[in-house]
Amino acid sequence: MNIIVCIKQVPDTESKIRVKADGSGIETTDIKWIMNPYDEFAVEEALKLRDKMADGSQVTAITVGPKTRATEVLRTALAMGADNAVVINTADNLDSNSTAAALAGAIKKESGYGVVFTGKQAIDDDCAQVSQIIAEYLGVPHSTVIIKFDLAADKQAVTLEREVEGGSKEVIELKLPSVVGANKGLNSPRYASLPGIMKAKKKEIKEYEFSSLGVAATEAKISYKGFQLPPARPASKLIDGDVATQSATLVKLLREEAKVI
Amino acid sequence: MENILVFVEHKAGKVKGSSSELLGAAKKSGATVHAMALGPGAKSLADELGALGASVAYVCDSENLKNYNPEAYLQMVSGVIKDKQPAICLAANTSLAKDLFPRVGAKVGCGVASDCTSLTITGSNATARRPMYAGKVSAEVVFSNSSTKIFLMRPNALGPATNSPGKKADLVDLPAPSTDLKTLIKEVVTGTSSKLDLTEANIIVSGGRGMKGPENFKILDELASVLGATVGASRAVVDAGWVPHDMQVGQTGKTVSPTLYIACGISGAIQHLAGMSSSKVIVAINKDKDAPIFQKATYGIVGDLFEVVPLLTAEFKKILK
Ligand SMILES: Cc1cc2nc3c(=O)[nH]c(=O)nc-3n(C[C@H](O)[C@H](O)[C@H](O)COP(=O)(O)OP(=O)(O)OC[C@H]3O[C@@H](n4cnc5c(N)ncnc54)[C@H](O)[C@@H]3O)c2cc1C
Repeated sequence: MNIIVCIKQVPDTESKIRVKADGSGIETTDIKWIMNPYDEFAVEEALKLRDKMADGSQVTAITVGPKTRATEVLRTALAMGADNAVVINTADNLDSNSTAAALAGAIKKESGYGVVFTGKQAIDDDCAQVSQIIAEYLGVPHSTVIIKFDLAADKQAVTLEREVEGGSKEVIELKLPSVVGANKGLNSPRYASLPGIMKAKKKEIKEYEFSSLGVAATEAKISYKGFQLPPARPASKLIDGDVATQSATLVKLLREEAKVI
Repeated sequence: MENILVFVEHKAGKVKGSSSELLGAAKKSGATVHAMALGPGAKSLADELGALGASVAYVCDSENLKNYNPEAYLQMVSGVIKDKQPAICLAANTSLAKDLFPRVGAKVGCGVASDCTSLTITGSNATARRPMYAGKVSAEVVFSNSSTKIFLMRPNALGPATNSPGKKADLVDLPAPSTDLKTLIKEVVTGTSSKLDLTEANIIVSGGRGMKGPENFKILDELASVLGATVGASRAVVDAGWVPHDMQVGQTGKTVSPTLYIACGISGAIQHLAGMSSSKVIVAINKDKDAPIFQKATYGIVGDLFEVVPLLTAEFKKILK
């Protein structure tokens, strides 16, 4: 089975996000890039599945982005243990629909894919859409926000647990091939080993130009303008006195000044 | 007149609050409002949907739609959008809609704006803003190549709807979905918590590493039960295994915007702040006066949470009983 994992490079969560002067986007000059945290769960699950199959199955990591930096996440995935890597090169900021269309295009070129893993959401634009749209373009079932993944004995289906509101869970069976969006809780992603990192440096990365994958310009559906930082919060009020006074004052302020109780 | 389709979630014969908000906003815009409701009980919503402003409701009460099945729901919703071509489609940004609508959008060839926090409807057009980078910035959504604009609205973003009882929505029956599916819902395990989900909670009491251990979360449970609040946590305590990961607030947890957020023993790391700094009022209780959480707090108490929290619980009890 060819196990696919779609990963994205995103700004480090430590990054201070700054808005361009004209509000057209964010400044990316000083940003440190990392693998989207949810994608780490996707890579880990892909590796676990490959090892469980133990039949020569391989893991192929795919990313969409400017190849000069986006290949870094592929090196990370390779260092964790992925077998193959594919970059879809584009300089543009693509929306979820175009990204998913390109990924589906590249996945179709891979022979015999069984499971496509993604993170449930990328923590940059926070859209949480690409996973489901890939499934639509591949014409296969999907489920997202997955915290448990089990391959059926006949290897023709998977049983998943999907987390929903209020601590509830949906137990879902998908026939393969299918697309699965990983959530935190699915597993504990491994760290890249030193030999893994050395090996990853030498691996070849397959390249596609975005323009070669036949994604029409009309597939771009969503863009943004008027980027803004959140309004500044009012200065905070530190409450003085002994503990009893502090507690009583806080309750009074919440009721009478803030009017939230 | 312009046409807005509202995807309605319902439970125990009632429209969910997050869906009635959408109907309220749609009605206020002056557009013709059509609703869509699926699963057993959908047909009993005619009065409530009418009172909330829907003139027509597309319904299917098939048992096969009782639980959310992505494939079956995709068929139903994309079918109605293709057929009715609404200018705008609204759904609440719930677990169900977040999973379903991106795929609906792709199927009908339209864009989807996820997790919007504001919406302005003018005729057949609508604009929305949404946070990105877990709320570190926000931006206005621009649609292109989309005959229907699909918006997923964060619960509580639009405010409660007004109800005008007496009107009834005309029910239009939809054919049941195909049963030849590759997706099977085997079971729905209902959470034991009677509390609202963090993303919908009005008040959140959150604990961090300063709680010292899982056993101490009971003092937060006590405070939360007096306030009718939901308990959240920082990643540090989730990773330590003190509480389940669905309690995590922050950039890689839940983004929340309650009216009141009480942070106990949380330092205020940038990833935590990203997930909660749009809360209306923030209270920080921390023994380190230099903790970054105090920079975002509306009110701060520099002190030992093990002394402060029980006293606060007692004070709230006095006024809330
Ligand atoms: C990729 C990535 C993603 C992340 N995502 C998230 C996320 O989504 N959410 C999140 O929360 N974090 C996230 N983090 C982790 C984040 O960086 C911090 O490590 C974490 O938030 C710290 O949790 P804390 O405030 O509970 O612990 P600490 O930073 O250790 O703070 C504990 C606080 O408790 C106070 N304290 C101790 N004892 C007492 C007492 N008796 N009374 C009062 N105060 C006391 C201390 O003064 C201190 O300020 C992420 C990190 C990374 C790298």
